[in-house]
Amino acid sequence: MLSVRQISKTLPSFTLRDVSFEVQPGQYFVLLGASGVGKSVLFEIIAGLTCPDAGRILLDGRDITDEKIQQRKIGLVFQNSALFPHMTVYDNIAYPLRCKKLRNYQIHERVVELAEDFAITALLKRRPQTLSGGESQRVSLARAVASEPRCLLLDEPISSLDVKSRPQMRALLRRINAQGRAVLHITHDYTEAASLGTHIGVMEGGTIAQVGTVEEVFQRPKSEFIARFVGIRNFFEGQLAKPESDQTDTRRFRTGDLVFWVLSDNPGESGYVMIRSEDITICNSASRTSARNNFEGRIVDIAPAGPGVEVIVDIGVEVATLITAESVKKLELDCGKKVWISFKASAVKFVEG
Amino acid sequence: MTSSPGIRTEPLVLLFAVLGGAVLLFVVAPLVSMCLQCSLPELVETARDDEVQSSIWLTLWTSMTATVIFAIAAIPFAYLLARKDFPLKGLVAGIIDLPIVIPHSAAGIALLGIVSRNGLLGGAAAKMGLRFVGTSAGIMAAMAFVSVPFLVNSARDGFGAVPVRLEKAALSLGASPLRVFLTISVPLAARSIVSGFILMWARGMSEFGAVLIIAYHPMITPVLIYERFGAFGLKYARPVAVLFISVCLVFFIILRFLAAEKENAQR
Repeated sequence: MLSVRQISKTLPSFTLRDVSFEVQPGQYFVLLGASGVGKSVLFEIIAGLTCPDAGRILLDGRDITDEKIQQRKIGLVFQNSALFPHMTVYDNIAYPLRCKKLRNYQIHERVVELAEDFAITALLKRRPQTLSGGESQRVSLARAVASEPRCLLLDEPISSLDVKSRPQMRALLRRINAQGRAVLHITHDYTEAASLGTHIGVMEGGTIAQVGTVEEVFQRPKSEFIARFVGIRNFFEGQLAKPESDQTDTRRFRTGDLVFWVLSDNPGESGYVMIRSEDITICNSASRTSARNNFEGRIVDIAPAGPGVEVIVDIGVEVATLITAESVKKLELDCGKKVWISFKASAVKFVEG
Repeated sequence: MTSSPGIRTEPLVLLFAVLGGAVLLFVVAPLVSMCLQCSLPELVETARDDEVQSSIWLTLWTSMTATVIFAIAAIPFAYLLARKDFPLKGLVAGIIDLPIVIPHSAAGIALLGIVSRNGLLGGAAAKMGLRFVGTSAGIMAAMAFVSVPFLVNSARDGFGAVPVRLEKAALSLGASPLRVFLTISVPLAARSIVSGFILMWARGMSEFGAVLIIAYHPMITPVLIYERFGAFGLKYARPVAVLFISVCLVFFIILRFLAAEKENAQR
């Protein structure tokens, strides 16, 4: 278990203050935050590349705050893979094994085994410069796993990949996590967090603003900042059905008793859908529009939210909508009133999870 | 020759090319003229001269040995300069450049102060039976004194260009700092290190002023050329100079070729 306790660090540009969270074995913990909030500095502190001004870091109960990088047993994967350009893929993966002074046949067996696991057998003789972004990150992961770390620390491992490589990489990360290894993944992308994380810590202004399961953070953000940063209040888990015909990408997504229409070509089946609250419209009665999703519900809450008003409508699940104060007045909206909400299938974003 | 699109630079480029040509001519003309004034029989006769042969051999091995010995200390020192901040780092970097800017005869005098029998280093070495003045050890010391900045500076630039991220990644994979230095930093800075190595070797070979003061004998080739010029005139000095330049060029090209092969292998 990785335990980060009250870490503080003052740098000329910003300050980290009392950052605390824990990553349990088998958890996939995503540290989510906008650029410049100190995620990378925290990454360096946990990895041992930078010293904190205060606070402790424990791994499996052992204080590793002052321990050397090479003794921490934390595997690092950087945003732009830090593969050694003067070595082949084979030598890159063998590097941590050679550091352990294993015998050549043991190194060979382990490299071959990892190469099969990470689907990079065909790349073993190649140089890192000849690999695509996705291939490089797979090799980086294989190399990090070869060092048999207690915890994997990933700094934006997917951000630099092209859209096609991302699902493969996500599947690989899920598989590594499923083997029981704790993963701490740092990112600014909430879709990555939703897709991969079991738990999320949101960083704001150099500190941890909220820690919780993915559902807790997305559905019940503790502050306006988090609500605005994650951008999604409507976040539902469920199953995505296959398209009903070859001519359409519109598919049914079932969450509890509700069914949403989703426009998606994602091959996945189970996961989450997200609907931005500003993409949902409210009417006093059912009306014919191009929107595929129309639900009747009852208003349970109306609250000012920054430049607009947030209206929570219960349609079987609570759905947050963001409308103007003028619309609230014009439609005479009030708690308990029955209304219709509608949103387009293209406004529903499916994330495989 | 290419130029930035949309900008009319042709007259300026032409002017620069003419100026560059003048500089090139200034370098090449004396060398070509010297070679042309030297007949083949003269060259063959000089090449058979035992004194010339032993002098060229002495120059080659002393400069190479000095480079190898000092590289053992200079390369880690260059890494330190590239990676670590420490008090008076600017002053240290300035001291390293000092041998480049001071007159080499003055460097020889300064060096003589510590390598002579009464000097700090010379006195200690004498107790172990090692003398500097008038020996090949003295020649190496003089060569290294004036040429080591080339290796340190080049290696420092090379280490500076190695991404710190790669070294940190290697540490996180369980490598010791020494292993990271030997397996990541040095191979990735190899191009600059080899460049610095060749520069130091070449600069050491061509050293005259400092060597003249520490060790007139045994005679390295630049000293031999000077002596033949002084004793017998230009006609006797010229073939030795041509022969020495030719040998240096051959070795220089071979070393560059080997270094390029190594770089290709690492790509």
